[in-house]
Amino acid sequence: MAGAYPWLEEIRLKRMVVSDESLEIIAKSFKNFKVLVLSSCEGFTTEGLAAIAANCRNLRELDLRESEVEDLSGRWLSDFPDSYTSLESLNISCLGNEVNLLALERLVSRCPNLKTLRLNRAVPLDRLPNLLRGAPQLAELGTGAYTSEMRPDVFSNLAEAFAGCKQLKTLSGFWDALPSYLPAVYPICSQLTSLNLSYATVQSPDLIKLVSLCEKLQKLWVLDYIEDDGLEILAASCKDLRELRVFPSDPFGLEPNVALTEQGLVSVSEGCPKLQSVLYFCRQMSNAALNTIARNRPNMTRFRLCIIEPRSPDYLTLQPLDDGFGAIVEHCKDLRRLSLSGLLTDRVFEYIGTYGKKLEMLSVAFAGDSDLGLHHVLSGCDNLRKLEIRDCPFGDKALLANAAKLETMRSLWMSSCSVSFGACKVLGQKMPRLNVEVMDESGPPDSRPESSPVEKLYVYRTVAGPRLDMPGFVWTMDDDSALRIS
Amino acid sequence: METTEKIPQKTTTSSSGGLNLKATELRLGLPGSESPERDEHGGGGVKKGSGGAKRGFCFSSDGGSEMGIGKDGALFSPPPREREQASVIKEKKLIHNQNHISSASAVKEQVVGWPPIRSFRKNSMATTQKNDDIDASEAKCSNCLYVKVSMDGAPFLRKVDLKNFATYKDLSSALNSMFTCFTISQCGTHGVSGRDKLSESKLMDLLYGSEYVLTYEDKDGDWMLVGDVPWEMFTNSCKRLRIMKSSEAIGLAPRAMEKCKSRN
Repeated sequence: MAGAYPWLEEIRLKRMVVSDESLEIIAKSFKNFKVLVLSSCEGFTTEGLAAIAANCRNLRELDLRESEVEDLSGRWLSDFPDSYTSLESLNISCLGNEVNLLALERLVSRCPNLKTLRLNRAVPLDRLPNLLRGAPQLAELGTGAYTSEMRPDVFSNLAEAFAGCKQLKTLSGFWDALPSYLPAVYPICSQLTSLNLSYATVQSPDLIKLVSLCEKLQKLWVLDYIEDDGLEILAASCKDLRELRVFPSDPFGLEPNVALTEQGLVSVSEGCPKLQSVLYFCRQMSNAALNTIARNRPNMTRFRLCIIEPRSPDYLTLQPLDDGFGAIVEHCKDLRRLSLSGLLTDRVFEYIGTYGKKLEMLSVAFAGDSDLGLHHVLSGCDNLRKLEIRDCPFGDKALLANAAKLETMRSLWMSSCSVSFGACKVLGQKMPRLNVEVMDESGPPDSRPESSPVEKLYVYRTVAGPRLDMPGFVWTMDDDSALRIS
Repeated sequence: METTEKIPQKTTTSSSGGLNLKATELRLGLPGSESPERDEHGGGGVKKGSGGAKRGFCFSSDGGSEMGIGKDGALFSPPPREREQASVIKEKKLIHNQNHISSASAVKEQVVGWPPIRSFRKNSMATTQKNDDIDASEAKCSNCLYVKVSMDGAPFLRKVDLKNFATYKDLSSALNSMFTCFTISQCGTHGVSGRDKLSESKLMDLLYGSEYVLTYEDKDGDWMLVGDVPWEMFTNSCKRLRIMKSSEAIGLAPRAMEKCKSRN
């Protein structure tokens, strides 16, 4: 690439293995390099970052969101030369160790266009005020650990610094948040549009106090500590809310640890007329609640519900949740993304195939009774692009009957279903413009009978043909009617 | 799971022209990368791959920020033993749910990769829990101020929440009920100013009249006699309490005496 595009300015990679050498090449080859976004990547160390810092004179954005970086030392940040002032966005929230704080402070204060700063957990709270004072124009801030020994001077310093950030609209971070420090952000709550408290293990009363001040809030990510009560207050206070995500604080616990039920979501659906995007983890749901939500919010475009226990029925009637999700797809005519959970039969897929005409992405787990379920979806959802299925009794018939549909989609993922190896071969042979990839840890699939189910199946369209760089447990079903093993 | 070690190195054709392209070749961790049309960087010849951050089940994942299956490689490569477990789990759950009873078994078998929480979040929460466990022993949360109380000769320590008390007297009676009788400074809550200072004789009475003296370790690590400073100041600086045998406390008395003298 370096040879072909010397004026390359932006590179955005996701879920890739990136080496330090790659970063060095990027740093040295592209004179006008401006944007590096590495999302959920891995394979590089802080040495690679040092190369970027030292060489990219025009760098505007360095975003390492959720990457796994081997953190050798915090020194790399000092490699930005003193003359470097063009930073606009920095996201180092994934780094494990402390960066050179003095270097960070100097960097922040000499970059007048810095709008986004997401710190890592290791940046102590008492250093935050200095950073904020160095960048009063900041629009998005991710704090480090939001805890410190409770001292009035630290608190007032912090509150003053926050108050000075008149442009600050987005807050995140809040690891290990200490409730008594939350009021430090009160001065700016009324200007916030986006708040990510999903790492703040703080109880409902403190969350409520904070959230109720955020009258302009459009996006809230929070832990289920907020509970139904907190969501009711949210519904009453934040009338501009468009997106809500509630994450589980104890997803693997046996018993519920918080008073969060379907009621919280119902409250928000009632109180927030602009709510269109939901991700909600909870432990109980009912058809009645889903029905209410659907009728309240026909403008819903993304609805993802995770009932923690697989195959949980309607807790009131003990019936499947088919009707509830059916109501969602029927009333929310612009629904683009849907994730299902709970006890579901083929009926829910009939609803989805009938009403989900705008649906682009569907996630299904532990649902359905037979191939008919899969057939409903593949034959009915005209705009389906991505379909992912795990642990469902879907097999060969529906897949092969709808093979042509797969060419209109971006990808299909099926794991722990009932698709046989033989069917995968047929699909691969029939559809030359599809890559049909089978993943099986236990050895080449042809070592077992053709009827045995494959562990994982991944199908996507391609113009480049089968890939050649797969690990040993991936096989492409080919029209050579033989396995192509890389 | 270290798929990066298992990857067979397959170079596509490339004129190296002196550059070590192989070292920079984007390697596949696992299949499931973005499909070609999303490729903004013209990687037609070079096959791109996903890293160890496994694409898998993106139930709660954004175009990428909230991933379903994460680094624990849960869905991708459970060792054979785990896989058998997984299928056993499935069967058990099937049987359960045929009766429309959601399983509330005493031991919850974890279904691999469910609920769909990405590993970045799982790891963060795990660290939080670890910190909580560590902090619990020095618990200084905003609503409580637990400090350890030791008593010379007692077989174990106790803990008290200083926030539960407003005066030295309160503290004293609480400790009294926890331990046998002891002595604290009689200076009261006003500490520094005022005339109600301990006279030499009074202190001696207290000290020799009872077996124990209440002392505390302050922020600087010094051992102080409880009662000299205003209550708030005391709670802010007290790290732990020690009910000390008065015979050992002799060393404290002279200092207290000097303080009293200088005030008088």
